[in-house]
Amino acid sequence: MADVRIITANEAAALAAKLCKVQVVAAYPITPQTPVTEDLAAMIESGELKSEYLTVESEHSAMASVVAASQVGARVFTATSANGLLYMHEMLHWAAGSRVPVVTACVNRGVGAPWTILNDQQDSIAQRDTGWIQLYCRNSQEVLDTIIQAYRIAEQVLIPVMVCYDGFILSHTSYPVEVPPQDDVDRYLPPLDGNLGIIGGGYMNVNPLILSEPRLDPNSDLRPGYMDIRYRLHEDLRKALDAIGQADKEFEAIFGRGWGGLIWEYGMVDAEHVLVSMGSLASECTLAADELRSQGLRAGVIAVRAYRPFPDAALSRALRKAKTVTVFEKDVSYGYLGALATDLRSALFDAGLTPKVCSFVAGLGGRDVRPEQLTRTAADAILKQPALGWIDLKGIA
Amino acid sequence: MATRAARDLPTEEFILPGSRSCAACGLMLTYRHALKALDPGKTLVAVPASCMTVLHGVYPITPVKVTCINTPFAATAASASGLVAGLKAIKREDYTVVAFAGDGGTYDIGIQALSGALERGTNFMYVCYDNEGYMNTGTQRSSASPAAAVTSTTPILAKAQHKKDMIRIVEAHRIPYIATASPSFPLDLFDKVKTAKDIRGSRYLEVLAPCPPGWGFPNKDLIKMGKLTVECGIHVLYEIREGRLRLTSRSLVLAEKGRKKTIADYVKGQTRFKKISKDQIDALQQWTDQRWEEFLQRHNRG
Amino acid sequence: MADKIRETVMAISRPAPGEAGRTGDWRSYTPVIDHEKCTGKDSCLYCWLYCPDGVISREFPLEIDLEYCKGCGVCAEECPRKAITMVE
Repeated sequence: MADVRIITANEAAALAAKLCKVQVVAAYPITPQTPVTEDLAAMIESGELKSEYLTVESEHSAMASVVAASQVGARVFTATSANGLLYMHEMLHWAAGSRVPVVTACVNRGVGAPWTILNDQQDSIAQRDTGWIQLYCRNSQEVLDTIIQAYRIAEQVLIPVMVCYDGFILSHTSYPVEVPPQDDVDRYLPPLDGNLGIIGGGYMNVNPLILSEPRLDPNSDLRPGYMDIRYRLHEDLRKALDAIGQADKEFEAIFGRGWGGLIWEYGMVDAEHVLVSMGSLASECTLAADELRSQGLRAGVIAVRAYRPFPDAALSRALRKAKTVTVFEKDVSYGYLGALATDLRSALFDAGLTPKVCSFVAGLGGRDVRPEQLTRTAADAILKQPALGWIDLKGIA
Repeated sequence: MATRAARDLPTEEFILPGSRSCAACGLMLTYRHALKALDPGKTLVAVPASCMTVLHGVYPITPVKVTCINTPFAATAASASGLVAGLKAIKREDYTVVAFAGDGGTYDIGIQALSGALERGTNFMYVCYDNEGYMNTGTQRSSASPAAAVTSTTPILAKAQHKKDMIRIVEAHRIPYIATASPSFPLDLFDKVKTAKDIRGSRYLEVLAPCPPGWGFPNKDLIKMGKLTVECGIHVLYEIREGRLRLTSRSLVLAEKGRKKTIADYVKGQTRFKKISKDQIDALQQWTDQRWEEFLQRHNRG
Repeated sequence: MADKIRETVMAISRPAPGEAGRTGDWRSYTPVIDHEKCTGKDSCLYCWLYCPDGVISREFPLEIDLEYCKGCGVCAEECPRKAITMVE
């Protein structure tokens, strides 16, 4: 009998970390991530989960300590949101450069100022260029499953993974979630190879100052310069596209569920008009697509699951027959468009595809996004030229 | 048992020759003897961006025979916490974790992470090598720079404030071991690092490391300058175990025989004090005397 | 295998002398030991103790590694027998 529990995405995230037998957790509370840290603390204090728990004094320290623990060879976990994630920013770059398989949950929340505790995805989007893998989840089951997959991916490619899910909409809302048996998780995710750590490998200075040009090592082998090392990260991130897809396929083989790998598709077999989004908003887009179909427009939905590395080839393939692409996203690159729309246009351009791509910013700071709005906005985008790229603005002259 | 002579120190050098540190570097001498007191094969060092980064060399070579992780400036004690937790998780608690940060990385940008780590009772040693300024970036003022010092960010008026009393902040965390040291008293330094190594919980060492280019004195005077910091009382050598302060080494002798050197003697050989006025010397002397009296009282109280 | 993965994807330095090259080239003045003044009998080893770079041997007759000695002059300054002189 499947173990199905009615739980929030935060509870699912903590359970996933436990199923992955994380050995070091460091976290600092911030709404709406807090229940993740509380659940893990209770699991560890009760002995249910054998792990070290560092109640650090900041998110910067949370990330610094899990990076270091990972360098020693422990499997580590942390979670944060919004300004907490921004406070980690320096350490996010450091984690990626250190090539540590850290997994972090980002419970998406809008960023101050002014303060909001409610959901949008500006926090993680603002970390786009830190060299992390970013995966966005549509529901609580996907959160649990994706965190398990994240360790598999991170430990294979040695790149940290951020698993993003929407604050309150998912983090504090209960849904049925199937909790997989520990044995299956153990089979999918073997213990971390302890040798990956810095212990027992002889004296070494990790992440030292590096020159712009290559330099000979003590054995007279030429070692790369800064740019070359950073290229390796970039190259390995591009290669991680395969690892992300593979991790989902293998997950499906064991657990009977997959999440589409890089992108999740809905009604895409014959779709001419495609709504593209990330996270829970993509699920909402399916309601709009159904409505558009009832109005005679062949609509489909793509949820971008892997935002970095960007699945340009998968998206171009999925959108090769699209006439219009309407992107709804809970972030904006201030002074231009939504970040996803910008990246998507670039990918389509490179693929020689020229559908009409419309960028819509929606739901910032927790503003409710209703399916009717998505339907109306998408219909406008399909049938006419849309005016403003922001949905449902109010109270401004 | 105190180490009495140079020949009693371990012979092995853990810093190979040809390092990038400046000639006559107080940090270099400090680190040299600290590593002798540690067991580098069973030690993990965490180092923020600092002179220590430079000392540890440019990729792919390091002169230092120890495993070191570099960390961002603010993260030293948090990274050390992670190392400690990671070692416990993988059951390698036979390793000692030691953080080495300068005064900027300790008094200023690293104080939050340090306070967090000390409050949690992290089982590690934190060594602050205090050279009284941002020497690696070119002698900018830090909260450890002494009053009346000209730095590159107090170039005309010199520093108006006294040095932060960092050890009081550290002591407020009630950790089991706190000590000060000087590279000019290497045996005392060696003994303190060795003592700290064998204590569980958070241990904090502060070493006043003279910096010839930053302070403005001739390279050859490194040892003399370090001795003068102790002789004049601006730097005091002591240990605090479980709240009890005990003067050590030269400071203990001075407690018995009295101090002869003054702040006027101390400042005259350093170009950073080239603008110091009579009033400022008096103020620094008063600040020094007051602290000295406090230490004496605590020492005598036992 | 782990070593290999590590060293190809991240920056890790390994110990070797001469990281900054032959630092003896930094020197303007060279320390010269007068072995008649420093015989080894009752020797203090202050030069060895205080040399920041650890380039002075601990066996007698004491030798200074001039390939790497940066010429700071601490040894000459601290020698109680004035057995070390700095020459141009």
